[in-house]
Amino acid sequence: MESAFYFEQAGVGLGTDEIYRICLALKQLTDTHPIQRCRFWGKILGLEMNYIVAEVEFHEGEDEEEVEEEDVTEERDNGESEGEEDEDESPRSLYKAPQPIPKEESRTGANRYVYFVCNEPGRPWVKLPSVTPAQIVIARKIKKFFTGRLDSPIISYPPFPGNESNYLRAQIARISAGTHVSPLGFYQFGEEEREEEEEVESGRDNFEENPDFEGIQVVDLVESLSNWVHHVQHILPQGRCNWFNPIQKSEEEEDDDEKKEEEGEEPDYIEQEVGPPLLTPISEDLEIQNIPPWTTRLSSNLIPQYAVAVLRSNLWPGAYTFCNGKKFENLYIGWGHKYSPDSYAPPVPPPACQEYPNGPEITEADDPSVEEEQAFRTAQEAAALPAEENEETEEDEDDYD
Amino acid sequence: MDADSLLLSLELASGSGQGLSPDRRASLLTSLLLVKRDYRYSRVLFWGRILGLVADYYIAQGLSEDHLAPRKTLYSLNCMEWSLLPPATEEMMTQTSVVKGRFMGDPSHEYEYTEVQKTNDGDKVFEEEVVIRIKEETRLVSIIDQIDKAVAIIPRGALFKSPFGPTHVNRTFEGLTLSEAKKLSSYFHFREPVDLKNKTLLEKADLDPSLDFMDSLEHDIPKGSWSIQMERGNALVVLRSLLWPGLTFFHAPGTKNCGYIYVGTGEKNMDLPFML
Repeated sequence: MESAFYFEQAGVGLGTDEIYRICLALKQLTDTHPIQRCRFWGKILGLEMNYIVAEVEFHEGEDEEEVEEEDVTEERDNGESEGEEDEDESPRSLYKAPQPIPKEESRTGANRYVYFVCNEPGRPWVKLPSVTPAQIVIARKIKKFFTGRLDSPIISYPPFPGNESNYLRAQIARISAGTHVSPLGFYQFGEEEREEEEEVESGRDNFEENPDFEGIQVVDLVESLSNWVHHVQHILPQGRCNWFNPIQKSEEEEDDDEKKEEEGEEPDYIEQEVGPPLLTPISEDLEIQNIPPWTTRLSSNLIPQYAVAVLRSNLWPGAYTFCNGKKFENLYIGWGHKYSPDSYAPPVPPPACQEYPNGPEITEADDPSVEEEQAFRTAQEAAALPAEENEETEEDEDDYD
Repeated sequence: MDADSLLLSLELASGSGQGLSPDRRASLLTSLLLVKRDYRYSRVLFWGRILGLVADYYIAQGLSEDHLAPRKTLYSLNCMEWSLLPPATEEMMTQTSVVKGRFMGDPSHEYEYTEVQKTNDGDKVFEEEVVIRIKEETRLVSIIDQIDKAVAIIPRGALFKSPFGPTHVNRTFEGLTLSEAKKLSSYFHFREPVDLKNKTLLEKADLDPSLDFMDSLEHDIPKGSWSIQMERGNALVVLRSLLWPGLTFFHAPGTKNCGYIYVGTGEKNMDLPFML
């Protein structure tokens, strides 16, 4: 409720009674589920209904329900592959789908928090499924409005793997990664002993509150963007926060010789994707075509000593952060789409696959003209003089057909 | 939204997430009253807020007795001093249609647009690059005009047209009923009608000439560019435009409270057909 007051000072936020109802709904959520921490993430507007999103952190070991879902999908895949092997007559396609990148474990990376949504405060909360890298990669390429019903399908190109609840979760992950910032020094890295190799590859992903944080002057927060840092990991182009090397696993499957030949087309070494490390100041964020990615304001010019610093994202319109020196909070209220000065253009479908490999037996050649055939025939006759005359006349008649 | 019922209207429109901070609200209440007195408008509307990179524009509009007459638009950077904007012309619209991107927030900022023009010099044709400078004020005027023409709406029955011509506020308007409020056809564009003449005679026979003299929202292209939602358990109907994201229209069915506010970046959503 305190943050609601500060947001109102900044000119952002839902009305007081709606905020109060949301608070009550969050309280109901914490009562029914074993939750360690819960906060109001924001509101995403939809066509028919809106979504109220709560960011939740469970106690350790509370979300084991997802393991069952994975087993079910694996069984289905096995059934399909058996069906294909029975049809030996139809040509086997040589297309080998790239290995799907596994999703990150719970409580790490993009799946660090669990999100619950409800359409209106008072309705039951629904848990959103964890996000997979494939969903994030495709969510980056499409732009669709949310309807407000979690089970509605997303019809788009490239086809989105999942329905609206997955798309919502992917957008929430992208927005959190892009716009959750905190004042410099509020969070610090945990003091753990790690080997140096691990640090280079995976990057630091643990942070905790800094008990010695003394607060930054509001004026400083507004003037310089380097006083704010991201505290959510950047999502790599792969769709995960921590790099996963798909080559490693394929080396284990080198038992079959056939597979090894097919993999010869893949590069042997894929460059590791690196993103900005955690706790980078937002002054390092890229500009969007000469527009700075963040806009800072003081909430009031008339009483600067009580004013609050407000940060507005230009990349994700609707993302706000405020800080009054010591306390800060992030909020998102909007449609859930990224801002791009250029219009959205759907990606072009890939060129059609070739059905059969090109070879001499199916390559078309021009039919020989009559003169060429005559020349060929005379050459044959010259080589086969003792042939019977009847056969020659029959062949001549066939030519006129 | 009406300046007289500013606080209530802001509260009702707050579902979209954008509101005003308390000090802006306080300054608006007093300054809009002063504007009404100084310019002698019969009604002053707080139109909304256009978010710029450096500063925001607060826009207000003044109406005379005839509500469909061209409105006067004023802007302010701090909600206290208001400046009148020139009326929009066709020339301005074509000029500013080339400018894309966010507003800067500085009214004297100039956008530079280089155009390749062919000039005839005798027999030869030269291609010159002409740099056209467009002031942000001009762009502001044309964007406000575009938004007004496209998505400013008013419920059916709120205005009535007298036989002499001018349109007045309908004092007997008690609000739409709940069932009417959920239909797009009960809302009209708050501008001179464009499509009315294209209706068939049968449809025209059902219209009431004193109430149905504006275009309804039903036939808006693209279809589905409005999102109707009921909030607070059927006590408030909110229409949001998807073509100009940031425009929110609210109405409490059964009461006279209605209004619209635009809070956004001032850019049209050209990707709408992909997003539906």
